[in-house]
Amino acid sequence: MATSTAPQSSPARPAPPKSLAARAAYQVDDRLIVAGPLRRTLNKVFPDHWSFLLGEIALYSFVVLLLSGTYLTFFYDASMREVVYEGAYAPLRGVEMSAAYESTLGISFDVRGGLILRQIHHWAALLFMASIVVHLLRIFFTGAFRRPRETNWYIGVVLLILGLVEGFAGYSLPDDLLSGTGLRIASAIMLAIPVIGTWVYFAVFNGDYPGEFIIGRLYILHVLIVPAIILALIAAHLLILVKQKHTQFPGPGRTEHNVVGSRLFPAFAAKGGALFFIVFGLLAALGGLVQINPIWLFGPYNPAQVSAGSQPDWYIGFLDGSSRLMPAWDIELPGDYNIPAIFWPTLVAAGAMFAVLALYPVIERRLTGDTASHHLLQRPRDVPVRTSLGAMALSFYIVLLISGGNDLIADKFDISLNAMTWIGRIGCIVVPPVAYVLTYRICLGLQRHDREVLEHGIETGVIRRLPSGEFIEVHQPLGPVDEHGHGQLAYGGAPVPKRMNQVGGARRAVKGFFSPLEEPSQVALEDARGRALTEGADQPELTGSGRPSDGGRPSEGGRPSEGGRPQEPRD
Amino acid sequence: MSSPHSQSDSPLDAGFRGRLRARLDRRTSSPADGLSPAEAARGRRRSKQRRRMTNVAGLMAALVLTGVGYSALAPANAADEDSDIQASAVVEGQALYENSCITCHGSNLEGVENRGPSLIGVGEAAVYFQVHTGRMPLVRQEAQAAQKPAVFTDEEIDQLMAYVQANGGGPTLPSGDLRAGDVAEGGELFRLNCSQCHNFTGQGGALSSGKAAPSLHDANDLEIYTAMLSGPENMPVFGDNQITPEQKRAIVNYVQTMGAQADPGGAGIGRAGPVSEGLVIWTVGIGALLFGVFWMGTKA
Repeated sequence: MATSTAPQSSPARPAPPKSLAARAAYQVDDRLIVAGPLRRTLNKVFPDHWSFLLGEIALYSFVVLLLSGTYLTFFYDASMREVVYEGAYAPLRGVEMSAAYESTLGISFDVRGGLILRQIHHWAALLFMASIVVHLLRIFFTGAFRRPRETNWYIGVVLLILGLVEGFAGYSLPDDLLSGTGLRIASAIMLAIPVIGTWVYFAVFNGDYPGEFIIGRLYILHVLIVPAIILALIAAHLLILVKQKHTQFPGPGRTEHNVVGSRLFPAFAAKGGALFFIVFGLLAALGGLVQINPIWLFGPYNPAQVSAGSQPDWYIGFLDGSSRLMPAWDIELPGDYNIPAIFWPTLVAAGAMFAVLALYPVIERRLTGDTASHHLLQRPRDVPVRTSLGAMALSFYIVLLISGGNDLIADKFDISLNAMTWIGRIGCIVVPPVAYVLTYRICLGLQRHDREVLEHGIETGVIRRLPSGEFIEVHQPLGPVDEHGHGQLAYGGAPVPKRMNQVGGARRAVKGFFSPLEEPSQVALEDARGRALTEGADQPELTGSGRPSDGGRPSEGGRPSEGGRPQEPRD
Repeated sequence: MSSPHSQSDSPLDAGFRGRLRARLDRRTSSPADGLSPAEAARGRRRSKQRRRMTNVAGLMAALVLTGVGYSALAPANAADEDSDIQASAVVEGQALYENSCITCHGSNLEGVENRGPSLIGVGEAAVYFQVHTGRMPLVRQEAQAAQKPAVFTDEEIDQLMAYVQANGGGPTLPSGDLRAGDVAEGGELFRLNCSQCHNFTGQGGALSSGKAAPSLHDANDLEIYTAMLSGPENMPVFGDNQITPEQKRAIVNYVQTMGAQADPGGAGIGRAGPVSEGLVIWTVGIGALLFGVFWMGTKA
């Protein structure tokens, strides 16, 4: 913690303070002795990079989920008792349905604020899963899962899987025709398990599908068991994070032994609080403006009915996709046994995918032999094999995800559904290797470009004509150069500036996000004044032409406005 | 003009004449047996009988004359006007048919192999649906006929309907209020019979090999009704024995109520279910938040 030096440490207890707040705090500390740990905590340093906030989006969506979900439990009735609807929604009046569905209709149409909270809850669930995936991608592609952080990686994967379970349970609770169809598919998947399938099925449904128990069981799973485990794991995730400290991207002043950034209090607390409100605001806006899961359109669940376009929520979509792509290859065994085709694309595929994901830190450690502790992150381009493997896995996942909605794509874009199925089947085999090769080449290309800029400088876009008639582009070296005009900076794993305005070549940006907060002409004036002050001063990085005759530090050239002499060609 | 007239009138005529002939036969045959001048009483009885018979015969003759006269004069004129319109519609319809339909459906509506099915017995309901939704005439042979703006005017469609109906009959157009049914019952029936292909509330969905169940939201009542009645393209026929006319009206009511119903939860995003919701959370949700955290990152 480079910036976390405590402003004072108290060897001797000072006299009781005078102000009321301070006196109260003193009394509390006198009894609980929390000032020390609290100060350490408040001084915890968070890196400033934007990508460190992705996991927080998941955390804040979870908070929104807990709050909105609690409200929904006040009105939801997790019972499959048959009732006749007599509520506010006319097109369903007189229809027989379960009490679960009726109470969800009640939440939507009769409970004050019920519909918007239901919608916020559902949007928050989608966002929770989406932000977990985005967070996971950041962790994966930057190598943040490496020793000593494997534990947090495992916890994260378990959180992802629990999120799927939690989401599916919640999706099933309204007992509408859409979710009932999903539950029917889940029951079929259970039946497909060899040997124990039938027993699992009967145990889960307490008899044959759908029975009268499943909604009540899913409910307790959804509101108590799974959220409690998720909450505990999130706590563990964060405690381990605090204990192990953050990783950080390499950069000036950043080492394996420090963390550069803002302290928890006040800077990061303000940022985190702001992000919470951004997340909450976005979810409230979505909940209020965009309709989600309109169960009143779907109708109550009836095992005799099934609709076109029955899809799971997006996070289960990849399993729907894999099931759609799987050929109908039932394995017939002697003695009236068989393994249905559905077993492979659901349980086996999901099991294999999550197993590989969870074990990736071990796999990479085995492959690279790198068992050292790492606190500095890697740029994805610097580890092309891992990045390409990730791209490969991601493209496979995306093909499955798209195939999960292939009927809608076929319908909306006038493509044959059979063609979509074959696109998915061929795509899930062909696309990943292509993605691997492409990503690998792109990583190498980016690496080489970094090296080229370090060696030859930034392309300024300024073309000079030499007396010999040759045209050259003026390059801006990033540091001292050798006798050939080559930069001597080594690549340090940090971003290399590639444009002149990243090294102060352009005037500073006018402040203001949506509209300028200051007069552009004032900025220009200030800029010119600043430039005049530094004119002639030692400004090697910004004005160097890199000519060996100038020792790599000429006082002119570089900028067209200075009308510098033409440069010698380098290389 | 005259040939359909005689065609439509002839069964009526034949029945009438047949009955008349039978009665005349009875009259001529009954007095033909034994004329023995034995007893006066007998003769009186007979003359009484004969008198009665002549009375009956006269009455019959008068009735027949009146009937024939009536059928020849007043009602015949009225029927002529009506069937004239009918007949001219059939003829016009035939002309349209021979211009636009004959290539695939054959010169006698018998159909052409690999081009188009026979239209004998499909009835005016099928013609209405296919032509009013623009599916017929077909642009090209493909997985299924595409919906497009109707080629024929309503009047021309009526003429085509008359022509097809006149040649083989079949289901006719319903009359009355097509939405006279319970919307909740319609919903149950829709979910049971229609949503497999047309999605929960009629958004439509993909079928195999480029075929698709269309969206029902721009269909009018009669199109929905006649589709059920005639089973166009890949749709099964839902005859009046499977789904009664009252139930059909309930389904039409449900589809149109759902189509007109606003989305209480906000933007409907196509009412396409979780796929469009997933698209929204990834583009709008994650998009906006990435923008947000990126913004916060630049402020650091």
